[in-house]
Amino acid sequence: MADSALPTAPVPQLAQSVRDRSGVRRRFRYYGEKLGGSLVSLFAVILTSFFLFRIIPGDPVRTMTHGRPVSIEQQEQLRREFGLDRPLAEQFWSYLTGVLRLDFGDSFQFNRPVTELIGDRLWPTVLLVGTSVLVSAALGLWLGVRCAWNHGSLGDRVNTGVALTLWSVPSFWLGLILIVIFASELGWFPTSGMESTGVEGWERIPDLAHHMVLPLVTLVAVVYAQYLMIMRSSLLDEMGSDYIVTARAKGLRDVIVRRRHAVPNALLPTVTLIFVNLGFVVFGAVLVETIFSWPGLGQLFYSGLSVPDLPLVQGLFILFSAAVILMNLIADLLYPVLDPRVRP
Amino acid sequence: MATSASRARRFAAGLAAAGLTLSGLAAAGLPAATAATDDAGSGDDAEPTSLTIAVAQEVDSLSPFIAVRLITTNMHRWMYDFLTNYDPETGETIPALAESWDTSDDGLTWTYHIREDATWTDGEPVTAEDVAWTFTTMMTDPAAAEANGNFVENFASVTATDEYTVEIVLDEPQVTMLALDVPILPEHIWSQVSDFGAFNNDTDFPIVGSGPFILTDYQPNVSITLEANPDYWRGAPKFDQLILRYIDDPDAQVEALRSGEVDFVFGLTPAQYEALQNEEDITVNAAQGKRFQAITLNPGARLQDGTPFGDGHPALQDPVVREALVHTIDRDAIYEVAYGGLGEANGGYIPSRYDTYHWEPSEDEEIGFDIDAANRLLDEAGYAPGGDGIRVGPDGRPLSFRFNVHGDNPQYVQAAEMMAEWAREAGIELVVEPVSEVGSLLDEGTYDILTTGWNVNPDPNYVLSINLCSGLPTELGGPYLSDAYYCNEEYDRLYAEQLSELDVDARAEIVKEMQRVLYEDNIFVVWGYADALEAYRSDVIAEMTPQPDPGGNYYGQDGYWSWWSAVPVGEEDDTAGGSGSDDGDDSGSNTGLIVGIAAAAVVVLALVLLLLRRRGTTADDRE
Repeated sequence: MADSALPTAPVPQLAQSVRDRSGVRRRFRYYGEKLGGSLVSLFAVILTSFFLFRIIPGDPVRTMTHGRPVSIEQQEQLRREFGLDRPLAEQFWSYLTGVLRLDFGDSFQFNRPVTELIGDRLWPTVLLVGTSVLVSAALGLWLGVRCAWNHGSLGDRVNTGVALTLWSVPSFWLGLILIVIFASELGWFPTSGMESTGVEGWERIPDLAHHMVLPLVTLVAVVYAQYLMIMRSSLLDEMGSDYIVTARAKGLRDVIVRRRHAVPNALLPTVTLIFVNLGFVVFGAVLVETIFSWPGLGQLFYSGLSVPDLPLVQGLFILFSAAVILMNLIADLLYPVLDPRVRP
Repeated sequence: MATSASRARRFAAGLAAAGLTLSGLAAAGLPAATAATDDAGSGDDAEPTSLTIAVAQEVDSLSPFIAVRLITTNMHRWMYDFLTNYDPETGETIPALAESWDTSDDGLTWTYHIREDATWTDGEPVTAEDVAWTFTTMMTDPAAAEANGNFVENFASVTATDEYTVEIVLDEPQVTMLALDVPILPEHIWSQVSDFGAFNNDTDFPIVGSGPFILTDYQPNVSITLEANPDYWRGAPKFDQLILRYIDDPDAQVEALRSGEVDFVFGLTPAQYEALQNEEDITVNAAQGKRFQAITLNPGARLQDGTPFGDGHPALQDPVVREALVHTIDRDAIYEVAYGGLGEANGGYIPSRYDTYHWEPSEDEEIGFDIDAANRLLDEAGYAPGGDGIRVGPDGRPLSFRFNVHGDNPQYVQAAEMMAEWAREAGIELVVEPVSEVGSLLDEGTYDILTTGWNVNPDPNYVLSINLCSGLPTELGGPYLSDAYYCNEEYDRLYAEQLSELDVDARAEIVKEMQRVLYEDNIFVVWGYADALEAYRSDVIAEMTPQPDPGGNYYGQDGYWSWWSAVPVGEEDDTAGGSGSDDGDDSGSNTGLIVGIAAAAVVVLALVLLLLRRRGTTADDRE
């Protein structure tokens, strides 16, 4: 059941490729279609982003001034400042022309350009979530190979059991439990944040790593099951193949059969998965970043939603979507390179 | 085939290697970093003392002209002096930058005498010119009026008549002239700013101010550092540093307090408060609330010209139905159950901590918890019970009301569920529906009952003004102040009267009368005041002045008393008479304040006598 929910490899349109002129044209069309599709998706995202966040109930001016005495004149001044007093069509037009110039406007709540804010927050998110994708992929794939090769064994059952249990755990809950145990009771790690105040120079690196452990563990724990399960099932498929039987019949050692023959072929579906997840890297992990107060894009998005800080959430939404679209495109383009069977 | 397989393998191997390296790095970093923090922890006495507060709200801007969020306006109180301040004990206006003030007989001209010993943190003196420049800029540049423009709307002119005298001329008499909560800015720095709408005051650190703390560092969403101003005229704060640290999640804030990473947390839920109550080295504080909790009953949303809109239940326009509904509310039970006993049930609009202006119904006036009375009222008014026990109005519509509650507030939700049960006994159905925000329902008038709550300032003017007829929108979708579509001519008349009443006691009488009118209309129904729940590390902070003192809060004060007066553990001996006994501590922190207060001679005399007596007893105890 878990497998069916996972992304699968693109269906090869032509199993065999004939290298002739029509083949070149076909390949050209394949890449063109993929690229065009991505551009259409991106444009759709830009259009919906504007309207999507205007449906969210909530008045930015009221939220921002909440609990403070403000007169009607002040509210009107803020509305003018935010451009919310203009007709919707006009707002949309300036949004659209702005986006095409990569200008997402000024954030309501920070009074700074959205692109600048994104620039500040990009690196913490890429560091945390990027590392978590790599670690969980490495861990998941490695365990997946072990589990498949010894499928049905106690180790297999325990590993898949643990992985699937962790996968069904809500990340914010796991994060809080880790904070309670390892930060507050045992005092091994800081409860939150990315850096301690007043740490300078090279000492910032161990300090950063120290702060990163708990959020990283949380992120890895809840996702590595994906890699484990897809690797396990795809390797199990390969293990019944004729070429494996041949390899064994040649008298190759078990390790060689696994490493040289089975795993490389079983790796293919995981490529798509890794790229899809890399696309989500910039999206961060909204909940985990919020629980650990990690100053990344996910946390920024969360803070923007509660206002709603329209220019900020629009800009982030486009960025997140563009990253996913781009990574999917790369996976699509890369797949034929890795697997000759699906070459157009 | 072979090449692609080996490529894939290399890819996988590289991936695994990268992953392992990084996880190794993380693991290797752990002991080193722990060691580093240990070193820092066991530092010698020369280490600066710091008080760290956990915060979550984003900084919108550090410019007092445009900052509207609570966190920034709070910080501006610590960074910049205002003309006046509020006494932590009595809540009355006391001198700050203005040492004294006079009013003309017609109440239109106010003259403030600026103290001569106040300096900006760059060494320049604070003068009347700075005050005049700050107000005049707000009056002339709309971008500079964004945050505090409401204070100067009625100003005709502000002029510095000499270096230490400012004269403000008003268009109409205005009672809030001693509650001008506006940070005064240094003209010699701010006059160089070209666009106040775009300037965030976050380019040059330390930020030049005149308050007890100097903002020296701002890392967005990581931390804000303020340092003690050693030259502050009221005296330097005792902690060297005040640090605001960003922790978004409320539960993570509590854990950070337990682990000692932060020293102060505020805005706790009753559950968090109870969990922290028995922790070692942590002191909890349930302060008298600044905020009231209430529901508003839709009396028929309408524009200022009377055009109705929205789809509020027509039965709520009948005062009898509203009164009956209010009779079904057991305020005591709400605070006992939903707030865990941490709050005060009270129907008055201005919270009881402001005892000058607080009003509460007498026994005769009270519309208290009385289901029989509710049933009687509804029977008499012809709302007969229908088939399912829900009463039906003369128009055939059952008394079934939508009750929209802030879904992120568990106390509101619980109280609403309780209210639904009580109302049911009187044949009224309340359909409780938690929502993410109630603002849009209010905008469109598409509600029957909403939860609400307001922070009330020492001067009640603003919170009273939201219920004026002029607070209604002038056009659909236009701005408005109203929180309940309340409009009552008598209330408006009283409001205008109190606005020009310069005698505090006479004004208080009018303000109380306004609250009585509001109470009787049963549109804005106050439940009471939940305590403000806070906690701090008692192994870091030895003592702080609450507001009101005693029984008040530390965070979000009208003033800077808590952080300014906070004493680090280990430095208690430096303060006068602070040798452990509570009486001694009180006299110590109060003497500093009393010096600045130009209070009536009788009060001073009484306090001096009291102090002498306390000193005597503590001295006896010591010997």
